[in-house]
Parts: sequence; structure tokens; C-alpha cells
Amino acid sequence: MKVVLPGISGLLARIVARKLVANGHHVIGIDARPWVGAPEQVTMHVVDIRKRVAEDVFRTERPDAVIHMGTVTHLLESSRDRYRINLGGTRAVFDYCHAYSVRRVVFVGRHTYYGADADSPLYHTEAEPPTGNASFPELADLVAADLYAGSALWRYPELGTVVLRVCYTLGASHHGTLAGFLRGRRVPMVLGFDPLFHFMHEDDAASAIVTAVEGDVRGVFNVSGPPPLPLSVIARAAGRKPLPVPEPMFNFLMGRFGLPKLSKGALAHIKFPIVIDSKPFRTATGYRFAFDAHDAITAFKG
Amino acid sequence: MVGSAAKIEEPMSERDEIEARVSRLEIGFGRFGVDPYGVSKTHLTWFYRALGVFYKYYFRVHAYGTEHVPKRGRAMLIGNHSGGVALDGAMVVASMFFELDPPRLAQGMIEKFLTRLPVASQLTSRLGQFTGLPEHAIRLLEDDRLLMVFPEGARGTAKLYWERTSLVHFGTGFMRLALATKTPIVPFAFIGGGDAIPTVFNAYKLGKLLGAPYLPITPYLLPLPLPVPLSVHYGEAMTFEGTGNEDDRAIEQKVLVVKAAVANLIAIGERTRRGDDPKGHIK
Repeated sequence: MKVVLPGISGLLARIVARKLVANGHHVIGIDARPWVGAPEQVTMHVVDIRKRVAEDVFRTERPDAVIHMGTVTHLLESSRDRYRINLGGTRAVFDYCHAYSVRRVVFVGRHTYYGADADSPLYHTEAEPPTGNASFPELADLVAADLYAGSALWRYPELGTVVLRVCYTLGASHHGTLAGFLRGRRVPMVLGFDPLFHFMHEDDAASAIVTAVEGDVRGVFNVSGPPPLPLSVIARAAGRKPLPVPEPMFNFLMGRFGLPKLSKGALAHIKFPIVIDSKPFRTATGYRFAFDAHDAITAFKG
Repeated sequence: MVGSAAKIEEPMSERDEIEARVSRLEIGFGRFGVDPYGVSKTHLTWFYRALGVFYKYYFRVHAYGTEHVPKRGRAMLIGNHSGGVALDGAMVVASMFFELDPPRLAQGMIEKFLTRLPVASQLTSRLGQFTGLPEHAIRLLEDDRLLMVFPEGARGTAKLYWERTSLVHFGTGFMRLALATKTPIVPFAFIGGGDAIPTVFNAYKLGKLLGAPYLPITPYLLPLPLPVPLSVHYGEAMTFEGTGNEDDRAIEQKVLVVKAAVANLIAIGERTRRGDDPKGHIK
């Protein structure tokens, strides 16, 4: 299968690309960032997905499938740039897929779509509307990109669209929101709160994405691995020290004294859990995770 | 060898026994001692140690009819509120842990405001007490857990001393959930809570300042429980036929049957308390 992978230079996308190559697929990467040391079986196009040159890749290569991992999730990026890349890029990907008769497209989104709130149910299902941007306005573009991708299910019924809402990942790449939060020696927590964090090994997340593109399901699916753990348990298991900070001081202290820099809206995510039910994905695809929470944390610790 | 054999025969201390009982809770603690809902073995152990002191020595709680609670599988404990704070829920949770073999974790459906409060939010989730959302109830029941519901809601905890043996309106949500998930209902009566915390007035404005719906005021001001004997009376499990999508009238009729069973257990409990029926027989 010929697979185009926008956003291939991201660390999780690289793992996905290697797995696709190992499974015998022809991978074509599109990213404005280069991937130095990419496997020789991967054809790289260092270009912005919204440019004509990127569309030419679709026109000439006529891929069978696309895995869109080209969204910016770094919350410290200016929101204007993020809107441009995340919404403009997602629209371009679906337009190309429609125009050049791509059979399958997998949009890789995030479980933070559901938002963190004291009143929400512990396990989120795909049937729930997004509340992510209510408590965390900086997430609005990612939520919008997810909903836009989902709209392809009725706009382009001939296109096998899969929207994945993947939980946090941990692993040797030290990449991702949770890895960034756990990077320092001390892990800040809001005093009196210890939410569950849902995460999976990055290899398992990549396998789930490959499973989605190789299968024949369509729809919106949560993707997770082992059950969630309290943040304090994760921090200790990763050899870090939880540092409870009174809520009024929390935002002031972030980014200072070696603590991670966080967007203001992230506070709700440090107080309340976002946990997802991924049973429909497992049932539809037969996907099973290989690494438990301990394995993921150990891989992250190195 | 003789020495070690003698050591094995030593009776377990109460602390070790509680730890052993927590390990026997059939809720799937993972490698980190946490179940898929975040319920923590460590937190449960110290919680039951503290709760055991109140259950066994301070309130000298008697639990009757615990054999009616299924040892395994989904079930719903439905009972009356008694006592201005969560004394009733805590003692029911304790009775399911200390009296059943194997012990069971009774999981309550708590008020939403608790999850917003620091410390309370953390503790309730580590102890398996979740906000009263239908999504939570359905998921826990489908996972064959033991749910504890007080259908009187916050109106029930607001009962004053002279209303302590009465029942207020029962919500119907629990019955729809029981029907939809085919869950047996075990009615229970909690007796003595109103004597332990004799509420004479509920301070709603003061409560709101503290982030709670109200603050119960007793003759000695604070809602601190007095060391009076308490009891829990469990009745026979009840099963109802239906889908949970019936009209309100049909559901309310079924709810009234459960309410009558709880009222009957309260009457039995009060008789037992007065000494008229020391064995707490169900009549």
C-alpha cells in the first residue's frame, strides 16, 4: 500500500513510518521539517502540506491511504499559527484525498478533545461532544480539526475516514505532552488533586495507528492501552518527585525554578482526569496493546 | 523451623487483617495497586483502618442481614439517609468490608461539589466514590461492582433530628439504571445517624461559603457525631422486570416498592434499637 504521511518528522510519526515500512508499505512523507536519517524506503518531501507542491505529491503518487499527523500540539505555539497549520492543513489533506481518490485516511487526534472537568464522567466515549475548549481555550483549534476530520465521514462517504483520539504517549523518544511535563526532577501537582492520567507506550500508539490504516473500519475511535494511573504514581514510578503546589500559586510558578512551562488553561488538566474508553476500537479492529504502564514508564526513564 | 511455624500460627493483628482484606477485594488492582478507576490499595488500607475504629469501637455498629448482599456480581444497595454528613454512607461501606467474606467495596454516588474541593476530590476518587452520574453508575454495574445509592439525595441528608426516621421523596434514576443493567436491588435501613448527629438547623448560606450545599448545626453547633450505637439492616434482594425506558408512572410504582421495603427495615431497626426485637428479624 502506498501511504502518504503528513507530519512525518514528528517523533511518533517516525515510529509509525518505520512500522509501515516494516509491514511492506511504501511510505511518502510530507513535512516542512526535514527528517535526517529517515529510512531509505521513505520518500521525503520537505514542504508545507498546504502548498501546491504537496498537492503534486498526491497528484503524481496517487496514494492508497493517508495518515494525517501534521497537527501542531505544542500549546505554547502562538494560537494564530496553530489555527493556520491545524485547520488549514487538515482541510488541505481531506481536499487532496477527495480530489485524488485516496481510499483511506486516518486523522490522528488527541484524547484531550474531551476536556478535563470535575463534572464529566471518568471514562469518555466517542458519543460525547467536545468540552476541551471550554476549560482550555488553547485547545480550540485541535478540537475544530478533529470535528472537521470527522465531518469527512458524511461529506466524502467514499473515503474510509478514521478519526483517532489517542491518549498521552510515553516512551524512549521523550516526546509528547506527558513526557514534557515529567521532564524535570519535580513534577508540579495542584495541592489536594491527583488526577488519573491515561497514557500508553508510544510503540503501542504507533501500532494502533498502523492497525487503523491497514484495516477497513471507518468512524471516530478512542485509542488507549493500559488503565490510567494517578499522576503522583506516574511521577514516582518515573523517578520524579511530585511537588504539590497550592492552586493560587500554580500558574505563577510554572516555567520557574525548573518547573515545566504550561499554558494557563492547562490547570484543569492537572486537577481533573481525562480518561477514555477505547473498547469500540479494540472490538472493531482486534487491536491489543503490548506494553503495560510499567513498561511505558520504564522506556521513558531510559 | 519450630520458631517459624509458631510464628505462622500467631493471630493476625488488626492492621494486617485489614491489609489482607483489602487485597481480597475483587476489583482488579493492577501492578501499581490501582484499579482501572483509580481506586488505590494504599488509600483503601488506611481508610479502612481509620473507619474500623469508628465502626467497631466508637459507634459499635451492628449489621443485620448482610447475607442478602450478593458475594459477587453487580448489585445496588438502596437505603435511607440518616445523619447530616456522610456517616451513613461510611458505615455502609465499612459493613460491606468488615462483615462480608470476601469483602466488597461499596461504591457511593457522591455530590458533585466534592470533586471540586481539594483533598476531597483526591480522596473520593482513590476510595472509589464517584459523582452521581448515570454514566458512572452504568459503567460500574456493567463491571459487576457494588453500588450504594441514597435515592433521597441531598434532601435526605438535610433531615432534622425530629425527622430522623422518616423518608423523603425517592428519585427514580436508580430504578431506571437497575432495570437497564438488570441489577438486583438490596434495600437497607441505616439506623441511629440522626441521634449521632442531631441536626436542629441547616445553615445553607454558611455551607455555600464553604463550598457545600449546607452545614448541619447541632445543639453543640458543630456536626461532630456522638458515640451512639448504630445499625444497618439489609433486606432481601429485589429484582424488577423492565428495560428502564418505561414511563414515569411505571417506574415510580417500582420505586415505591423499594421505598416500602426500606421503610419496613427502618421500622425493624427502630424496634431492634429499643430492644423489642434484639435479633433484628425481618417480619
